[in-house]
Amino acid sequence: MAPLFYILAALAILAALSVVLQRTPAYSALSLIVVLCSLAVVYLLLGAEFLAVVQVIIYAGAIMVLFVLVIMLLNARQETPTDRSRLARWLGAPLLVVFLGEIFFAVWQRFPPETIPAAPVLVGGPRAVGELLFRNYVLPFELTSILILVAVLGAVVLAKKEV
Amino acid sequence: MVPLAHILALSAILFGLGAAGFIVRRNIITIFMCIELMLNAVNLAFIGFSRYLGNLDGQVFVFFVIVVAAAEAAVGLAVIIAVYRNRGSLSIDDLDSMKL
Amino acid sequence: MPFETALSLLAILVKVVVVLVALLATVAYAVWLERKVVARIQSRWGPYRVGPHGLLQPVADALKIFFKEDFVPSEVDRIVFWLAPFLAFTLALVSISVIPFGSSITISGHTIPFQITDLNVGLLFVLAVTSLGVYGVALAGWSSNSKYPLLGGLRSSAQMISYELSLGLGVVGVVMIAGSLSLREIVERQSGLWNVFVQPVGFLLYFTAAIAETNRVPFDLPEGESELVGGFHTEYSSFKFAMFFMAEYANIVTVSCLATLLFFGGWLGPVFGPPTLRALLPVFWFCLKVFCFLFLYIWIRGTLPRFRYDQLMAFGWKFLLPVGLLNVLATSLIVAWRST
Repeated sequence: MAPLFYILAALAILAALSVVLQRTPAYSALSLIVVLCSLAVVYLLLGAEFLAVVQVIIYAGAIMVLFVLVIMLLNARQETPTDRSRLARWLGAPLLVVFLGEIFFAVWQRFPPETIPAAPVLVGGPRAVGELLFRNYVLPFELTSILILVAVLGAVVLAKKEV
Repeated sequence: MVPLAHILALSAILFGLGAAGFIVRRNIITIFMCIELMLNAVNLAFIGFSRYLGNLDGQVFVFFVIVVAAAEAAVGLAVIIAVYRNRGSLSIDDLDSMKL
Repeated sequence: MPFETALSLLAILVKVVVVLVALLATVAYAVWLERKVVARIQSRWGPYRVGPHGLLQPVADALKIFFKEDFVPSEVDRIVFWLAPFLAFTLALVSISVIPFGSSITISGHTIPFQITDLNVGLLFVLAVTSLGVYGVALAGWSSNSKYPLLGGLRSSAQMISYELSLGLGVVGVVMIAGSLSLREIVERQSGLWNVFVQPVGFLLYFTAAIAETNRVPFDLPEGESELVGGFHTEYSSFKFAMFFMAEYANIVTVSCLATLLFFGGWLGPVFGPPTLRALLPVFWFCLKVFCFLFLYIWIRGTLPRFRYDQLMAFGWKFLLPVGLLNVLATSLIVAWRST
């Protein structure tokens, strides 16, 4: 099981690099789909069965389809770097290295790699997650349904063509 | 078993790449995709902790993050379409008319 | 222990090979069946010359496809143009891996279930693969860099994601009754009464949405010849076009398998005789039911006219979706009332 995680991690990192570095938005979108699917398999390895499938259905299968459709509609071309973005380009990579260094330091201090899980493995099947959702977290559940409704209305109003 | 530190390291790398892409890229759709990358890195951290603390609450939180990301993607892409119709460009260098 | 795992691995490999070969043969002969049945509906003979009753027609078609020139237009996005048909075809074949064909067979003490793998979220897995199947169509339309494929690809992917919702809602009732997402358990709970009698609305919803998902008549405007030349596969020729074609028929077979599992009792049917016959008869019943669904698909294709695109989308959003939600509401009320 463990080697599979490292293979998937390498795939996810390569695909994420591709998302950030590709010139064409369509290739970035396809690379992001690869990241999402490899993360879904990682979730499966970590015992989150329901969420792995939900990730594929909703994230990779609906949200990214929305991205691809918008890229098709707007005919997004290759990106050409202009002079005005020089500061961002030269500052971006060093900031990333500093940021990552900080996080790694904090994580390694707090959770040294020798930590063995003390808790038993809880498999997040649909029944278990569903019971939590509908018992302890029923209020956020209802609120997110209102959120989605508002988002749908907002998207329709914003993207409608003025007649 | 995979140590928690390795899962968090992967999450940190993905988040860092998303943040760097967010700052460096100029195409607004690519910037949006880097935001989604950051959200996924956070999801991975939640699921890693849920596994190691033996608590399913982390997975419920990931569920909510995915739902909110879907709503945000819908509205954000609608805004991008509206902005494209008005300004004709997808590069944020051309979309900064509120700057001094 | 290693011998046991090696044996089970070998069993899985054998199952994969058998299922893939059977699926590809079914896809090839589904094309023959369609041409024959549609021809008879239209008072003509259909393929008649190549082999007895045209049975070697798929072989002739395969040879023709292999020898055709594979031309690629100059302005296409090469990577995605090549990727789209492979993606469509692969995804169409993947979802067969959780479909159970029968109960199990016992060979020299080892019980081998008639299923490649039994996921406890099997139904969600099939829905996930269906969601990913939209990419084959959308990417084909986009990469072709031409107006008919782009329009066809946009329309087709919008249609597919709209009807995915109704597809999901149609099966929620079945899941509530069975209390599980595992396909094997859903079939085993139907040993008293098939789900089609308990969830008729769910079945009609599922079947209509499935026809729209697989881009078949009456929902096939995005690839109708008289409307959009060829839709998303206009610029494809030879082997890549054959892959789209096979992917469409493989999707039809998968959807039919799912319909029999969820609503028509899967492999349940009269069993009798010696143990080997007892193990193989359920597979026969399953294949018979899937064949009936294939025939129904082809019958509908030969009979109904095509929906216009706006009628199609209005039907999906304004009729099927509310009906699905009402079905879920009614089913959940009845299930909750019966469990008290």
